[in-house]
Amino acid sequence: MKNIDSFSHTRGESIYLDDIQVTQGTLYGVCYDAKIAHGIIKNLDLSEALKSKGVVRIFTAEDIPGENQIGGIIPDEPLMVDHHIHFSGMPIAFVVAESTELAHKAIKKIKIEVEELPVVVDPREAQKQGLLIVPPRTFSQGNTDEAWSKCAHIFENNVELNGQEHLYIETQGAYVCPTENGTLKVFSSTQGPTAVQRAISKVLGIPMHCIEVDVTRLGGGFGGKEDQANTWAALCALAAHILKKPVKYSLDRMEDLRMTGKRHPYSSDFKIGLGADFKIMAYEATFYQNAGAAADLSPAVLERTLFHCTNTYFVPNVKATAYSCKTNLPPNTAFRGFGGPQGVFVMECAITQAAEKLGIPAHVIQKANLIKDNEPFVYGQLAESEAEVCWNKAEETFESKKLILKVDDFNAKNTLFKKGISIMPICFGISFTKTLMNQARALVHVYSDGSVGISTGAVEMGQGVNTKIVQVAQSVFGIHPHRIKIFTTNTNRIANTSPSAASATADLNGKATQMACEAIKARLAGYASKQLNVDVSAIEFMDEKVLMNGTISELDWTSVVLGAFLDRIALSENAHYATPIIHFNPKIEKGHPFAYHVYGTAITEVTIDTTRGIYQVDSVKIVHDSGKSINPMIDKGQIEGALVQGMGWMTMEEISYDAKGKLKSNALSTYKVPDIYSAPSEIEVILNENDRNNLAIFRSKAVGEPPLLYGLGTYFAIRNAVKAFRPDVELVFDAPITPEKVLMALHG
Amino acid sequence: MLIFKQESQFLDSIKRNKNKICKTDFILCFLIYNCFNIEYLLAFNVFLPTFILTIVIDFILNSSDQSVSVPPGMTLLDFVRYNKHLTGTKIGCREGDCGACTVLIGEIIEGELAYRSVTSCLTPMGNIHGKHVVTIEGINNETLNPIQESFCNNAATQCGFCTPGFVMSLNGFCLSNNSGTVEDAIASIDGNICRCTGYKSIEKASIEIAALKSTQNSESNVDFAIKNGIVPAYFSEIKSRLIEWNEKLISLNQDLGNAHHFVGGGTDLYVQKHDEMVDSEIDFVFDLSSHNHITIKHNACFIGSAITVSDLVNSETFNSIIPDIKKYAKLVSSTPIRNMATLAGNFANASPIGDFTIFFLALNAKLHLLKGDQKRVISLESFYKGYKTLDKSKDEVIETIEFEIPSQNAYFNFEKVSKRTHLDIASVNTAILLDLENECINHIRISVGGVGPIPQMLPKTMEFLKGKKVDNSTLMAGIDIAQTEISPISDVRGTEAYKRLLMAQLIKAHFIPFLESQNAVFAS
Repeated sequence: MKNIDSFSHTRGESIYLDDIQVTQGTLYGVCYDAKIAHGIIKNLDLSEALKSKGVVRIFTAEDIPGENQIGGIIPDEPLMVDHHIHFSGMPIAFVVAESTELAHKAIKKIKIEVEELPVVVDPREAQKQGLLIVPPRTFSQGNTDEAWSKCAHIFENNVELNGQEHLYIETQGAYVCPTENGTLKVFSSTQGPTAVQRAISKVLGIPMHCIEVDVTRLGGGFGGKEDQANTWAALCALAAHILKKPVKYSLDRMEDLRMTGKRHPYSSDFKIGLGADFKIMAYEATFYQNAGAAADLSPAVLERTLFHCTNTYFVPNVKATAYSCKTNLPPNTAFRGFGGPQGVFVMECAITQAAEKLGIPAHVIQKANLIKDNEPFVYGQLAESEAEVCWNKAEETFESKKLILKVDDFNAKNTLFKKGISIMPICFGISFTKTLMNQARALVHVYSDGSVGISTGAVEMGQGVNTKIVQVAQSVFGIHPHRIKIFTTNTNRIANTSPSAASATADLNGKATQMACEAIKARLAGYASKQLNVDVSAIEFMDEKVLMNGTISELDWTSVVLGAFLDRIALSENAHYATPIIHFNPKIEKGHPFAYHVYGTAITEVTIDTTRGIYQVDSVKIVHDSGKSINPMIDKGQIEGALVQGMGWMTMEEISYDAKGKLKSNALSTYKVPDIYSAPSEIEVILNENDRNNLAIFRSKAVGEPPLLYGLGTYFAIRNAVKAFRPDVELVFDAPITPEKVLMALHG
Repeated sequence: MLIFKQESQFLDSIKRNKNKICKTDFILCFLIYNCFNIEYLLAFNVFLPTFILTIVIDFILNSSDQSVSVPPGMTLLDFVRYNKHLTGTKIGCREGDCGACTVLIGEIIEGELAYRSVTSCLTPMGNIHGKHVVTIEGINNETLNPIQESFCNNAATQCGFCTPGFVMSLNGFCLSNNSGTVEDAIASIDGNICRCTGYKSIEKASIEIAALKSTQNSESNVDFAIKNGIVPAYFSEIKSRLIEWNEKLISLNQDLGNAHHFVGGGTDLYVQKHDEMVDSEIDFVFDLSSHNHITIKHNACFIGSAITVSDLVNSETFNSIIPDIKKYAKLVSSTPIRNMATLAGNFANASPIGDFTIFFLALNAKLHLLKGDQKRVISLESFYKGYKTLDKSKDEVIETIEFEIPSQNAYFNFEKVSKRTHLDIASVNTAILLDLENECINHIRISVGGVGPIPQMLPKTMEFLKGKKVDNSTLMAGIDIAQTEISPISDVRGTEAYKRLLMAQLIKAHFIPFLESQNAVFAS
């Protein structure tokens, strides 16, 4: 089934935040943000700005009636600066004017005196100074101390991994309209409507039921709008609440880039020990997460780094410690993979280091250690593994041995160009690691004409969740999809939602939808059984018809719905789903946190231009563990998109802050994401379907985040190509591997 | 609406724009001019205590005629979204780097209606005067057009935010002169960024559209597009409507040189000074018919300053001189930007890394500068006096670019490396013009950008290489000299060490055709 939004998307008729028709009298807000990363405000002079044309009011922390606090996990993040500036880009004032242009003009007239304080941008430096967001955490299994002595080979190194800008093409924003009796209607480009509602409630000191948050869709989120949509919504709400006027703020790109957090950069150390048979016997890693100036979601991101620190391998002895380090950067936040890729990357670097030193291809070590059924991950959950299945299928289908020979042959014959190849097996756990968040609700209405309207907590941001929910309802009711409409995500209809994140949105909200539809169907079947005078077990709904013992009856969908309504049967249902089985005990760092895992293997081939240091990804061939996909078209789209996003992170996407914490890559002219020419020349995706039971919706496994890990393969393929040109070069582990780093490695 | 801070500017502008001021505007201006008290201004709903002059811009927006009084420096993007609530055109970056705001501009060129894609965020209203502006709303039929259909069928849309831009770019491909190759179809969307799909689905859709375009016979582009449902039927009347309009259309500029800014394509100015441009008085040089020709006279090529990069690439004349121009231009920006960006603009923005500046430095181009009736000719090489400083007075405008046509056996090459190969600013770029005689360098020019405050030549290196045979050791010695002629700094485009290495490598790359057999120079 095609994405249900594709018709309006291609016609430019889909509505995003900045497309909402504004009400008369709408005012426009713009943030005045800190230009330095750390300091104390000595004087803030707004007088000239207040006199500026069209300015209605300028809000500062003093104007906040509730708490000046938007921290989600830990209350450590003021909405606006209260004397102490913690990062460059931190909101100091919110200028509200008759137009965005006039607000910008007024901002130029704000005068500020600041006493600058020392700036920390390096996570290791922060850790040394004891600047931690939360106490460090350690996941372990077996006993590494004892294992080292039994290892035939031991290797150590460190790994630098940069962050990544989300670069949703729709920037952040919010539009807040006061409604009657002190209530607010909030339009927000957010993945977490409840998070926005909660933040506003706290800032304004009003109950959550006074705040209605409504989301039609996002022009991309990727985690960047999970927690960080709160700021703009809270600022607009503050202004709208006090001025009793609608207030809108749609950030421009440079504001968005400099004021929002990104994927966490990590600096890490590893030590890996192997047996003579290349089995990994012990692995230790220390992760220094650059959290930025406030917690945001960093503790949860840190936790997932530890969950995924051994990627898709069974390692009997593991000790991994992670520090969430507080620096003077904008608070880093969720980004597709949520810390998992950072853990996986270090493990792959460790294997690469071992392979290079041992003079064997990395895939020999990788293959020897793939996790098998019932082997434990470091957190105690036993694997139901598809790792070897996907690996073997990739090797066979894509003839990897031939491919490797072909690459070797090419390299023997060419100097100006060299090829590199990598195999990247992946594993990603599905569920919010915070068990309580694995709950969702759906509200399904069947209208008397047979049309269906569904509300859930799922936010559509391009991942196709609304299409999948239509498929769920369609399949339960046995009706045409055109009868089904997915309503906006709205806190008045669905309360206490978890954000659309952790790849689990379709699972959680799909299951809730399924339950609600099943409940209504049961009542309709009861009505039909009475009308047809048969037992309810004989009734089925299929192709718009009501079947009685497998044959078409006189009733169809519309007649049974109308009849049930006239018979005063409830045609609406609110269902609640909570993922069963899962649990996790952070005291011992053990449990069964994931509903299931997603596996897969990617084979990546690249060519580097040895004169210029530039490169092209020739092909990425993937076998992906999809479960029983309910929508292969959407799932393949997610896989390809995540792959290229991961590839971008590994290659050209280079976030750059100066030593004073100011963002240098502050525009699309300096921060480059893949364009059509930098996408791999070929992507082949095979969905590996199987009939094993799992907790996914209709056994169709979650697909949002896991395939981002395939992109890491590009890093190792480019590295191998560099080695092919210059076998003796000592390469550091430092991603992204930009053309600059490639050229320096080739000739520097 | 033009806003002036001083009375003299205001009077001057009235004189210059007298034909463009409609009666009511003039009365308004007159009243404002004569009434300096603020209440009077407020009575006319004018808040700024300045002098105000309204200019009417005439154009066709989708199917409807428009005569609007807006600042000519306002961006087309803001106009369509906020004045017309045509919200299918999206805002992604406002600097021409994402393509979400792509629209088409149609105009009569040599008697024919021609369309090109542009990013509306960098298009001033002044540049659409007398033209046809097409937004996504203007191509929607009741059913999906073949491009939209292909996007749906191939799952080429996920969040949908970038999608209208892609659809418009491919519409531009269908409405332009090309033979319908996949390469050209992909090139048409090289300025569109999608963060969701990974592009393969978009590529599949584009391949289908290329196949459709390749079925075009001798019919006009517009007729072809209408026949295949790519654009609605109203497009058939646009040509005659524009011709009719153009006959009575009054140019926005009466004479040049008095305004605050010259604007060509606007692709740099609107990135750098987006806020300021709205209220600026502008001389629009983009549509000056006197400035948009490429001609050859006495072994020299003359390029008008309104010539865009796309014009250059599509020019048979220029292709006969530099046959690889399409290959080089592919490294420079993107299709919609190339459709707008002028060569003169690239020179005048004085970036040390301007791609076409480097390109034309190697060709030893000269600039014809115009100030009123006064003309002077200077070499491009002497145009740059320091970082962002030009040998040009504020009221001088580049009229023509001239260069001597290289001899038949001359070798020309342009190299550029950036973080992302396409649609990115170079870390280092360089061009070479080389004449070999008996394997010896008879004549050589090497330009290089990104390694100093200005786009520069390498005179000492050139002097050293002249008369020598091209071989490994000579080249390496030449590169050593080149290292003494540059002064790169570490910045977001790379460290100093990288830029030095990259320049050396790109100079080697110039010589690949002569040295490929001598592998030593390319080994590590």
